[in-house]
Amino acid sequence: MYDITSVYQAKSVDDAIAALTADPQAVVIAGGTDVLIKIREGKLAGCRLVSIHGLTQELAGVTLAENGDVEIGPLTTFRGCTESPVIQKTVPVLGEAADTAGGPQLRAAGTLGGNLCNGITSADTASTQLAFGAILRVRGPQGVREVPISEWYQGVGKVALAHDELLVKIVIPQSHYRGWSGHYIKYAMRNAMDIATLGVSCLVKLTADKRGVEDLRLAFGVAGPVPMRCLETEQAMVGLPVEEAAEKIGPSALGEVQPRDSWRASRAFRLQLVEELSKRAFVEAVRKGGGAL
Amino acid sequence: MEVGKSAIRVDAADKVSGGAKYTDDLIPRPHLVAKLLHADIANGVVRAIHTQEAARLPGVVKIVTCFDVPDIQYPTPGHPWSTETAHQDVSDRKLLETRVRYYGDDIAAVVAEDEVSAQRALKAIRVEYEEYEPLLTTQAATAEGARPIHDERPNNVLASMDLRTPMPESDFKTVEDVLACPAYHQFEGHYQTQMVQHCHIEPAVSYAYMEGGKIVVVSSTQIPHIVRRVCGQALGIPWGDIRVIKPYIGGGFGNKQEVLYEPLNAFLTRAVGGRCVKLELTREEVFQNTRSRHAISFDVKAAVDGDGNLMARWVKAVSNQGSYASHGHAIVANAVTGFRQLYLDQLGCHAEACTVYTNLPAPGAMRGYGIPQGDFAGECMMEDIARKFGLDPYEFRLRNIMPLGYVDPFNGITCHSTGLRECMEKGAEFIHWKELREKYQNQTGPVRRGVGMAVFSYKTGVWPISLETASARMVLNQDGSVQLQLGATEIGQGGDTVFSQMAAESIGFPLERVHIVSFQDTDTAPFDTGAYASRQTYVTGMAIKQTGEIFREKLLRYASEMLERPTAELDVRNGEIVDAATGEQVLRMYDLAQESFYSFRRTEHIAAESTHQCKDNTFAFGACFAEVEVDIPLGKVKVLRVVNVHDSGKLINPKLAEAQVHGGMSMGLGYALSEEMKFDAKGRLLNGNLLDYKLPTAMDQPDLTALFVETDDPTGPFGNKALGEPPAIPVAPAVRNAVLHATGVAVNDLPLSPQKLVEKFTQAGLIHNGR
Repeated sequence: MYDITSVYQAKSVDDAIAALTADPQAVVIAGGTDVLIKIREGKLAGCRLVSIHGLTQELAGVTLAENGDVEIGPLTTFRGCTESPVIQKTVPVLGEAADTAGGPQLRAAGTLGGNLCNGITSADTASTQLAFGAILRVRGPQGVREVPISEWYQGVGKVALAHDELLVKIVIPQSHYRGWSGHYIKYAMRNAMDIATLGVSCLVKLTADKRGVEDLRLAFGVAGPVPMRCLETEQAMVGLPVEEAAEKIGPSALGEVQPRDSWRASRAFRLQLVEELSKRAFVEAVRKGGGAL
Repeated sequence: MEVGKSAIRVDAADKVSGGAKYTDDLIPRPHLVAKLLHADIANGVVRAIHTQEAARLPGVVKIVTCFDVPDIQYPTPGHPWSTETAHQDVSDRKLLETRVRYYGDDIAAVVAEDEVSAQRALKAIRVEYEEYEPLLTTQAATAEGARPIHDERPNNVLASMDLRTPMPESDFKTVEDVLACPAYHQFEGHYQTQMVQHCHIEPAVSYAYMEGGKIVVVSSTQIPHIVRRVCGQALGIPWGDIRVIKPYIGGGFGNKQEVLYEPLNAFLTRAVGGRCVKLELTREEVFQNTRSRHAISFDVKAAVDGDGNLMARWVKAVSNQGSYASHGHAIVANAVTGFRQLYLDQLGCHAEACTVYTNLPAPGAMRGYGIPQGDFAGECMMEDIARKFGLDPYEFRLRNIMPLGYVDPFNGITCHSTGLRECMEKGAEFIHWKELREKYQNQTGPVRRGVGMAVFSYKTGVWPISLETASARMVLNQDGSVQLQLGATEIGQGGDTVFSQMAAESIGFPLERVHIVSFQDTDTAPFDTGAYASRQTYVTGMAIKQTGEIFREKLLRYASEMLERPTAELDVRNGEIVDAATGEQVLRMYDLAQESFYSFRRTEHIAAESTHQCKDNTFAFGACFAEVEVDIPLGKVKVLRVVNVHDSGKLINPKLAEAQVHGGMSMGLGYALSEEMKFDAKGRLLNGNLLDYKLPTAMDQPDLTALFVETDDPTGPFGNKALGEPPAIPVAPAVRNAVLHATGVAVNDLPLSPQKLVEKFTQAGLIHNGR
């Protein structure tokens, strides 16, 4: 039994924004896989909910825009993302990352928007979206604005979203994914129903002969307080033969990450994972891109 | 023959279709809900509890605090009671405690109309404590000047023991003399196990109400008759004033071989005038407030001669008992006893054990009862000795294992049958032991493979350490079928099915003519102490066999009357009365039953009930072989293949036996690789939920292989021996030994978690990094 004071079922995005504007304490619920847990733990006990769960017409689904951009409705579930033909064709690594979250039940309920809006570092789809440089379209009482995902994370559990705003679209521009291949590794203690000890997403654009790195993206979850990219490493790998990049990427990433010591895993252990998994993710990304390693 | 068949579970259809009723399915509605207030310090005293504000909240019916409960300390373990004071369990717990002994200790309870009202009331209660420093380790609790956790044990030592086997005539007077002798290989080691939990699917749940002046408690328990006794003891009321009902249960694994919250539930219904009160723990509370498996520290020494004979061993085990005695010292005593029994020392064995109170949640019984810990220490030790002195670990074990006819010098338990050697042979063949031991020598590279093994012995039931007794009742139905009533419990292991098979076998009925009453109601069920110690097929089996024979005789006597033929000429076969000589059917059981119920000549409601007091015990055995692949830079162990081979005597139901082994192996893998309860410096459980506590999922399971060596045990009712707990025992040391084989790194404490492995591999120079 959950301690919920009230649930308002929003009829539209505008209606949800109006409801949030009217109630500064209200909490948005979509898939519920985070919010219900917080209510059960007591952190949100007695809360008033504004549910956008039913707004699938406006907010769910993945489409390919005419300009080739991938447009993901934030109510798209993990499973919806994985199974989307558009995702599979354009940014398959995002579908693969989504398929590592929790278990089948969670993936049928949890949403990609929620995975970004909760602002947590271990979110399985966050590092890949960060690597792709997704554009987050946000709507509030004043209208629509666009936030590059690089400016989204403001601190632990804090994102660039006002109380009366909703994330309404995740856009991956065509120029960010065409010619790229990627690989995501979730390192966890179990093969299912687990939270990442470390998540690594590596995207690579190979040279025409498939032997060199033309460009690279390396993003992590749980390597710092929020999902993060290793910009210096990305730069340093550009122009290297893939063999050399494979050797250098791990040690280089170590200089940029800031994992913490916690009872779940030590900093030293996470650093070892950063070094090893950067390499493994890179190697797989190269293979997927047609390179040989 | 009904025994020995892979009969379909008698409860299969109900359980698969969702029709089977568990405690929560049966709760009358409406009912009240109880929630517990847990202390947020680990050591101290409750000075005051302010409940006025909480009591005024809507829906709150009653608040009971630690100042309101009877001043009665009671025991909680599911042991048979003893009429001798010295052998009774330690009584060290009250329904609610003013003396807080662990973080989360129960200090008050709220009864409310619903769960949310109860939760809100808990938040509104204010508590004043006098706080003491938490004593979380056995070292801290036994340090000079440490504050007693229980006044009855001023030094915080619950119990200790010192067992020295009688030494044969030789130059050595003591085990220590042997261990100091330079003529032998000398070995010393230290091994440590962790605290883990059962993780049964169904949480601890009960509901209680009053009827006819009696308190009725319906509970998910392994031990209904013991729950009745303890409820009576805890409330200070006659035991007959309590009635306990046990429906189907969603797993217990020993955690429900403990009287958990049933006494408090009984107290709470009485406090609200007998209205029905439900008390269900959350998963977090199950972790924090119910039992677990003890963390035990082992120091060992051994002396081995040049041929690989174990000359002598010494073990010292220290068990962290946490805040309450529960099963107490019995578990570490079993650990060192099992350590000793598995191998025969040529000269002697010296075992020391002690159990220490600390400010952690109290461990209790969990599948294997100390043997998983003792076997981990013993089988790591055997592997390490073999490695150190260049012995083959398989041959070294084989040379020293318990021989047939072995008699334990302290408790007299005798090895009546053993298939351990054959288990080892079968397991080695399955895994390709020799070939892979050779093949995986001297590997290089980041990913390496290895094979490891471990063996074990396990007694069957608790005799003569404790009482073993069971009763069975059989009642003829009007249609010629039989009703089977037991106090022994089905807890998911398939007990009801094998009991039915044994009843059918002993009467001469087909299985489908046996109707077992699955639920126990202590007002009507025959007495049996319940499901634990892998005892029921053995001890309850004896009661069923004996009662079946009496029942059969009664059928034959009545048939003899009807047919006017001597009973010696008749027999019961396949559910009918037959001519004993020809096997020809002479009377339908249906007709016999009709006559016995409705005859104008002479009615008799044919029934049999008898008690069997078991005064014997026997050893079950087994071996585990595991093949692993270790990803060194990531600290990950992938179990490629794993096989358990068991000698549990004759199998009553081979398919169920196999399923039992699969479940135990899965538990053993979690114990080996990932499971561990973690606490912070305040004694607060950090990972008391199924996300942070790394119970393996279905996706983490390798293919599990279960094989058997069927000896025919002369003491078992049908040649059978223990099987319930054993499958969980040898897996952890086998996996650890396989990792040792793969990497050369010996991990001496459980679990072999990735972070720990990365640390060990780094120390061993297998991981090189620039940091």
